[in-house]
Amino acid sequence: MKARVHVMLKEGVLDPQGEAVRHALGALGFDGVGGVRQGKVIELDLPEGTTEETVTQMCEQLLANTVIEKYEIELV
Amino acid sequence: MRAAVITFPGSNCDRDLAVAFESAGADVVRVWHKDAELPANVDVIGIPGGFSFGDYLRCGAIAANSPICRAVVDHANRGGYVLGICNGFQVLTETRLVPGALIRNTNLKFVCKPVGLKVENAETDFTRGYAAGAEITIPVAHHDGNYRADDELLARLQGEGQVAFTYTDNPNGAAGDIAGVFSENRRVLGMMPHPERAIEPLQGSADGQALFRTLIEGFVTA
Repeated sequence: MKARVHVMLKEGVLDPQGEAVRHALGALGFDGVGGVRQGKVIELDLPEGTTEETVTQMCEQLLANTVIEKYEIELV
Repeated sequence: MRAAVITFPGSNCDRDLAVAFESAGADVVRVWHKDAELPANVDVIGIPGGFSFGDYLRCGAIAANSPICRAVVDHANRGGYVLGICNGFQVLTETRLVPGALIRNTNLKFVCKPVGLKVENAETDFTRGYAAGAEITIPVAHHDGNYRADDELLARLQGEGQVAFTYTDNPNGAAGDIAGVFSENRRVLGMMPHPERAIEPLQGSADGQALFRTLIEGFVTA
């Protein structure tokens, strides 16, 4: 089985890289992009039967820094 | 007085940090990240700058979960002293030994230059060698030194004297101009500027020397 973890900066945490991407889109002529937030997607190959709880522990301990980031787990 | 300097794969300021501790009179032991225990009788742990584990995932995140870091956390929880500089500061935020987090500089540039710092709290074992409010010059060299704390945490850090140093001219967008923070018990200090690169006039500034000297002299007189 696989799990896909989406990690994003929490609301209100400054995202300098997303802001640079927004500027670059404007420079390409894509007007009106109000905001860009950049995160990461982490795909995990896991033994069958791994619980969401285990993946949550992975997120809490390593995959996300919950001081500034939030995460969502998708079991696939 | 014994200082342990930790080396991770990708650390590059470990030797400079060892020299800074030695020149201040400490007996220095070098420790590899895979060691699960610290050598006996270590008083201070230094976590150096660099790019541990290639800054993969998040700066400092993988180092913070290495075997030696469990021993570092235990040492801090026993009231031991820890100094984390640059990548070492990032490691300390990842272990939660100091509050807040560090992200990419607001202007997205790697900044490498001497910066002015104001000593915000000169009543700790790290900063007693400076006058309160003193302005000193120490170099920074980082891409991810933008300190983040929400308004509540920021107010608490400022109110409780947990801010060690602020930038006089903020180079990275850090909240509250924060360059360095203490743990609640003031025995863990994380800072982005490199005091170990300012310990003798040949380096352009010797303003970092007082930090090491004061910390180590504290043990001699204690």
